[in-house]
Amino acid sequence: MRAIGTVDEIPPGEGRTFAVDGQMIAVFRLRDGSLRATQAVCPHKGGPLADGQIDRKQVLCPLHLNAWDLTTGCSLSGQPDLAVYPVHADDNKIILGDA
Amino acid sequence: MRQRLVVIGNGMAGARTVEEILARGGDFAITMFGDEPYGNYNRIMLSNVLAGVEDESGIFLNDLSWYADNGITLHTGTRIERIDRFARMVYATDGTATPYDKLIIATGSRAFVPPIPGLHRPGRGYHQGVFAFRTLDDTRAMIRYAKEHERAVVIGGGLLGLEAARGLQNHLPHVTLIHAAGHLMNAQLNEVAGETLRATIERKLGIEVVVSAQTTEILGKHAVTGVRLADGRVIGCDVVVVAAGIRANAEMAAASGLVVERGIVVDDQMRAQDEDDIYAVGECAQHRGETYGLVAPLWDQAKVLADHLTGVNPFAEYHGSQVATKLKVAGVDVASMGLKEPERDDDESLTFTEPGKGVYKNVIIRDGRLVGATMVGDVKKVAFLMQAFDRGLALPEERAELMFDLGGPAGEVKVEDMPDDEQVCNCNGVSKGAICSTVQSGCKTVSGVMDKTRAGKGCGTCKPIVQRIVEWAAGGEVEEDPAASYYVPGIPMPKPELMNAIRLHDLRSVSSVFATLGGEEDAKSKMGLASLLKMMWGGDYVDERDARFINDRVHANIQRDGTFSVVPQMKGGVTTPAQLRRIAEVAEKHEVPMVKLTGGQRIDLLGIPKEKLPEVWADLDMPSGYAYGKSFRTVKTCVGSDFCRFGVGDSTALGIALEERYQGIEGPGKMKLAVTGCPRNCAEAYVKDLGVVAIDGGKWEIYVGGAAGAHIRKGDLLTTVDSADEVMVLTGRFLQYYRENANWLERTYAFVPRIGIDRVREIVVDDKDGIAAGLDAAMEASVAAYRDPWKDRDQPATPGQFRTSLPLTVLPQVPVRA
Repeated sequence: MRAIGTVDEIPPGEGRTFAVDGQMIAVFRLRDGSLRATQAVCPHKGGPLADGQIDRKQVLCPLHLNAWDLTTGCSLSGQPDLAVYPVHADDNKIILGDA
Repeated sequence: MRQRLVVIGNGMAGARTVEEILARGGDFAITMFGDEPYGNYNRIMLSNVLAGVEDESGIFLNDLSWYADNGITLHTGTRIERIDRFARMVYATDGTATPYDKLIIATGSRAFVPPIPGLHRPGRGYHQGVFAFRTLDDTRAMIRYAKEHERAVVIGGGLLGLEAARGLQNHLPHVTLIHAAGHLMNAQLNEVAGETLRATIERKLGIEVVVSAQTTEILGKHAVTGVRLADGRVIGCDVVVVAAGIRANAEMAAASGLVVERGIVVDDQMRAQDEDDIYAVGECAQHRGETYGLVAPLWDQAKVLADHLTGVNPFAEYHGSQVATKLKVAGVDVASMGLKEPERDDDESLTFTEPGKGVYKNVIIRDGRLVGATMVGDVKKVAFLMQAFDRGLALPEERAELMFDLGGPAGEVKVEDMPDDEQVCNCNGVSKGAICSTVQSGCKTVSGVMDKTRAGKGCGTCKPIVQRIVEWAAGGEVEEDPAASYYVPGIPMPKPELMNAIRLHDLRSVSSVFATLGGEEDAKSKMGLASLLKMMWGGDYVDERDARFINDRVHANIQRDGTFSVVPQMKGGVTTPAQLRRIAEVAEKHEVPMVKLTGGQRIDLLGIPKEKLPEVWADLDMPSGYAYGKSFRTVKTCVGSDFCRFGVGDSTALGIALEERYQGIEGPGKMKLAVTGCPRNCAEAYVKDLGVVAIDGGKWEIYVGGAAGAHIRKGDLLTTVDSADEVMVLTGRFLQYYRENANWLERTYAFVPRIGIDRVREIVVDDKDGIAAGLDAAMEASVAAYRDPWKDRDQPATPGQFRTSLPLTVLPQVPVRA
């Protein structure tokens, strides 16, 4: 469990990338206030997933609009799955790791 | 207690209706009765089974586990002999009685067998060697018998008879087709088309055809030896197949007191006449005087009945179907839809015949809409014609384009002839085989297949062929996708309805649209809704940044490595030494990896990291050129009259004026314009969303709906005007009409033909609808609300608006060119 940034760094409904131990993680702030974390780089052609559009279920890569389930990381358009990480908010802190 | 739904008939109509009911979450205790001892199979494919191109197992639609999984009680091999409408019970021949609350009759039809002496043996049913062609059992018996014999006669030269004759050729050497009417397929074809078809059938397939031939007797006592015709001729054979049409299975309904004419008479909700809870669908039903023997009307009926019964739409109505047919006989292409001959004096009829090649084509047009078409021997245009027929599309001015591909890309390949590994979608690398296997795995909507395979999700030009492959692979069972008519996939409304609802509920943000109209937020719908709301509300739109695509969040076009491209405005493609010097300095200072001239006559700085965008804009200190949005892009111009010795109009001045006024206006798709100073068209105005061409005498022609991207189309001439001022006004009015009425991502090259250029002209130029002033005012409001987004640079709109999303990757990844 560790804090990697603050929730207000991420506007509602958007994502931002955070560097953690030499790895890139995309953290998304859903419009219901909850957080999701996935690998930052699209496994298809390396797109920046934090620049993608999201809803309460999925993220769309901005380059080719492939879709993944934000909670499970499962691809919804025939690509390899994403790594997902447990993440939650504690007050304004983004906490990576199991609650 | 759950309502008890009883379905009599387990054929395509009965099972499909139940599927539709289940798909709508219908909560019924369902019992189905099937006469045949099998689960439900695709009867249309029987001719493929006979022809040996399809395995029996391949035609089953729902196996027995489907019934169990959905809690349906299925009684196979059980015939219902009576309905008690008052006690609400159905009685089966095995003596059982089943109560119902709602009853659906889907008993289909049976082969019509004319009363020909010798067909039947007393007490033994059909003569050995005589077959109807209707059920799987018929097909099996026919194949078994034919294999051991030499000569077959098929009675009936309609669709089914032709398919039967062709199929039998796989099992025995000689086939003769006997048809009572004067020409083949007389229900669908006129005489010339039928005659063309006959010649092809005889020459190409080697099937002998006898028309105007009444069969009067089947000869042979123990085994069939031949058939006798009314004129005394005897045709020797040892197998007879009767395919002389179908009759609705409505006797049981009639005996139970329902109103029956040629079928069970139903109203627009498929309800049997004078009944509250009894419905009929499929071939046994007669709606507005019509009975149908094809599968497409059945799908429409099943949907209406399911909408009605489940309460999804209690007032759903079936209004009849326009029928189109295609003959499924390898090597013989026949398609027909609607009228086979003109009916009224003012119906336009175009015919092309080339008897040597067995080609006959005919189209019939009424009031500018396609009301009938026949294609024999060449069905290349049939996909287009079907669409025009089904949807009532505007037809090309050049009527011959209905029959031939004039110019443009080469004719369409036949889907069945394409090898499995042929790449269909060249953007996302999807093969025909991949599409087919997705369909076989159960995905039967075009959009579903596109989502799963990503075929057609690149430039979109392959969409029509993807659609044809899905239709072909689904064997006529492609499911209509209601979402195809939605403006965005997440809100179940077409654009006009959606706009009304937005106004009615005063919805000014994307999240409020989801909350009020859609239920759930949908990432794939956000961008389209953001564009629509901005267009509708202008300055009063509540801008939620997450609804924007990344390009619109940072006002630059994302590149393959996550960097961005920066294109400053360069109105009409005219620049100055000072601007060039500034751009050069910025490119050097920021070590811009590539500086490139764009197709729209501007300068593109490529490979700018997101976090450097504000700094680059500040150093440039020029307005945005909008090379990233679904918006007004550029106005390409030629040199015009100032310098060019041919120019007849000042195209550069007009192009600059247009760009100044309409810069950055967002829309459902990109808007690329051009103004050219003479018909030599150096600025390529004929292939722009809106192109202006100066012609001699101080006049300007305005073309709309052109394209020269993935799709190539010459624009349609909207009008010719006398002044640049009129061009300015009509451009704004046309663009506003497009913004308000086009579907999301529908470019003008699709929009203008969909509406029809004549109609566009009526509205935009002639103001027949009286909305011109409103369009002008709405555009004026959008123009007034314009603000250069690159001024955003000092005060980020959101935290981390320009923060990199790829912090650890060394950028740029694209090779740097010296």
